[in-house]
Amino acid sequence: MIYAITIYGEPGVFEALPKDRQDEVMSGHGALQSALADRGEFVSMKLMPPTSAVMVQPAPSEGAAPLITDGPFAETKENFLGFYAADFKDLDEALDYAKMISSPVARLEVRPVAWAGGAISSE
Amino acid sequence: MSDWLEATFALLRPRALAALTRLFRDIDMAEEAFADACLKALTVWPKDGAPRDPLAWLLTTARNSGLDHVRKSQRRAAILSRHIEEFQPMPAETPAPDEMRDDVLRLLFICCHPELDRRDQIAIALRVVLGLSVEEIASGFLVKPKTMEQRITRAKKKISLSPVAFETPSPAERGARLGEVSLMVYLMFSEGWSTSAGPKQIKLTLCDEAIRLARLLAALFPAMGEQAALLALLLFQHARRHARIDRGGKLVALDDQDRGLWNRADIAEATGLLQKAKRTGHHGVYIVQAAIAATHAQAASAGDTDWASIESHYAALYALQPTPVVRLNQIAAQAKLYGAHHALKAMEPLAQDLSSYRWFHAMRGGLLQETGDHLSAITAFETVMALGPTALERVAITEKIAISHKNLRNV
Repeated sequence: MIYAITIYGEPGVFEALPKDRQDEVMSGHGALQSALADRGEFVSMKLMPPTSAVMVQPAPSEGAAPLITDGPFAETKENFLGFYAADFKDLDEALDYAKMISSPVARLEVRPVAWAGGAISSE
Repeated sequence: MSDWLEATFALLRPRALAALTRLFRDIDMAEEAFADACLKALTVWPKDGAPRDPLAWLLTTARNSGLDHVRKSQRRAAILSRHIEEFQPMPAETPAPDEMRDDVLRLLFICCHPELDRRDQIAIALRVVLGLSVEEIASGFLVKPKTMEQRITRAKKKISLSPVAFETPSPAERGARLGEVSLMVYLMFSEGWSTSAGPKQIKLTLCDEAIRLARLLAALFPAMGEQAALLALLLFQHARRHARIDRGGKLVALDDQDRGLWNRADIAEATGLLQKAKRTGHHGVYIVQAAIAATHAQAASAGDTDWASIESHYAALYALQPTPVVRLNQIAAQAKLYGAHHALKAMEPLAQDLSSYRWFHAMRGGLLQETGDHLSAITAFETVMALGPTALERVAITEKIAISHKNLRNV
C-alpha cells in the first residue's frame, strides 16, 4: 500500500533555527530518504513558502472562468510544507519511517494514497 | 527544546510587537511585555504543551504583563489614563489579517522615522521588529556595540517624540507606508551586501534579516506584486553570496563568478515569486530589477547573458526611476551590446552627476582598458582610489591599475 507522509507546520520556523538544529532536522530527512531509496521508488517534495502560492478559485458563476487570486492571507496557523510517498508493507511500517523525521515543530500525517499515477504505483 | 521555542518567538515577534505597540502606544513597553510573555512560555509550554495558537497565547500573556506594569508604575499610569479604552478586555485571539498587516506595517513605518538617519532606521527595525541583540546589530554594521547602543537609544527617543497615527490608514497612506518600508528593507540588504565583503568572515546578518522582512511583507501583502518582487530580487542576489568572494577573500565580478556556486534553491524560489509578481500587472521598480536579476540567473555562463533583455529592462527602470545610476547601469548593458567606445560616449553626460560615484570611474576605467587607452584607465582607477573604496574594492582596483601599467610597458 502506498502511504503519504505529509508534513504540516509553521513556515519559517525551520529557517529561524540555529544552524546545528537545522542540520539535525535535515539529517532525519537524509536518513529517511536513504532508507526509502534502499527499498525502491519514492517521491518527496518540499513546497516553497505559501507566499509564493497562487490560488485557482472556483468560477464565480456558470460559464465564467475560474478565479485566480494571489494566495491566502498570511495566517499563523499550520501550513502544508511537503510530503513523502512510498510503498509500505503496512501502516505500522509507514509510521516507523515517519518517526524518522519527527521534530518539535512539524506535525506529520500518515495517510494511504488512493491512486498514484506514474512510476510509483505498486499495481 | 528552547531552540525550537526561540525560533517560534523570533518568527512571531514582528506580528506580536506590532499588535502590542498599537495596544500600548509605546514600543519599549511592547518589547518588555513580549519578553515577559516569551519568558513565561519557556516554562509553561514545555510543561503543558505548546498552545494551539501560539501568537494568541503570547499576545494575551504580554498584554496582561504590560497591564501589570502599568498599574505599578507612575509613568505608565499616564499612558493608561490617555488610552484607558485600549485596556479594556482584549479577546484572546489574534487580530484579523487586515488589522495585523496594518499593525506590522505601522511598526515598520515607525522605524522609518524621517528624522532618523537611514542606518539608524535599519538598526531600530533590527532591534525592535526582528529582536536582534545590540551586539548582533553592531557586528552587522561593523561598529562597536557601545556605539550602536547609543544610536539605538537616541533613535528611540526621537521616535517617541513624534508618534505615528494609530488609526487604520487610508489606502493612499498605506501605499506610501509600504513604499517607504520596502525601500528600507531594500537598503538594509544593500548595506549588508556591501559590508559583508570582508577577507575574514562574511557577515550576512543584514542580508538575512532583510530577507526575513521581505518575506514578512510578501506574506502580509500577497496581492502586491512589488513586495513579492522585492523578495525575489533579494533572493536572486543572495543566491550569489558564495560566488562573489573567492577563497583569498577577493571580490569576484559577476561575469567571473563560478555559477555552480549560485544557490539553486534561492533562484528557484525567486523565479516562482517573480512569475507570481508579474501576474499582478503592477509595474514597479522591484519587478523590473528582479527581472534583471532573473536574466542573470538564467544565463548558464556570463557569455550566455541576454544583454539585450537586460538593456531594455534598464530602459524600463529608467522610465520609472530616472536617476544617473540607473542610466549608468543601462549603459553598462549597452557596453556588452555595442562595445566600449559606444558606452564611453554614452557615459559622458553623466560625468558631472556621478563625479564622486566610485562605480562610474571603475566602470569607465574598465571600458578604457578594453579600448587600449591604459593611460586614461589608470587615471580613472586612481579616481576610484581617491573616493574611499572598501578594502575589497581597493584590492580589485589595485590589480586593474597593475594590469594597465603592464600593458603600458609592453607597448
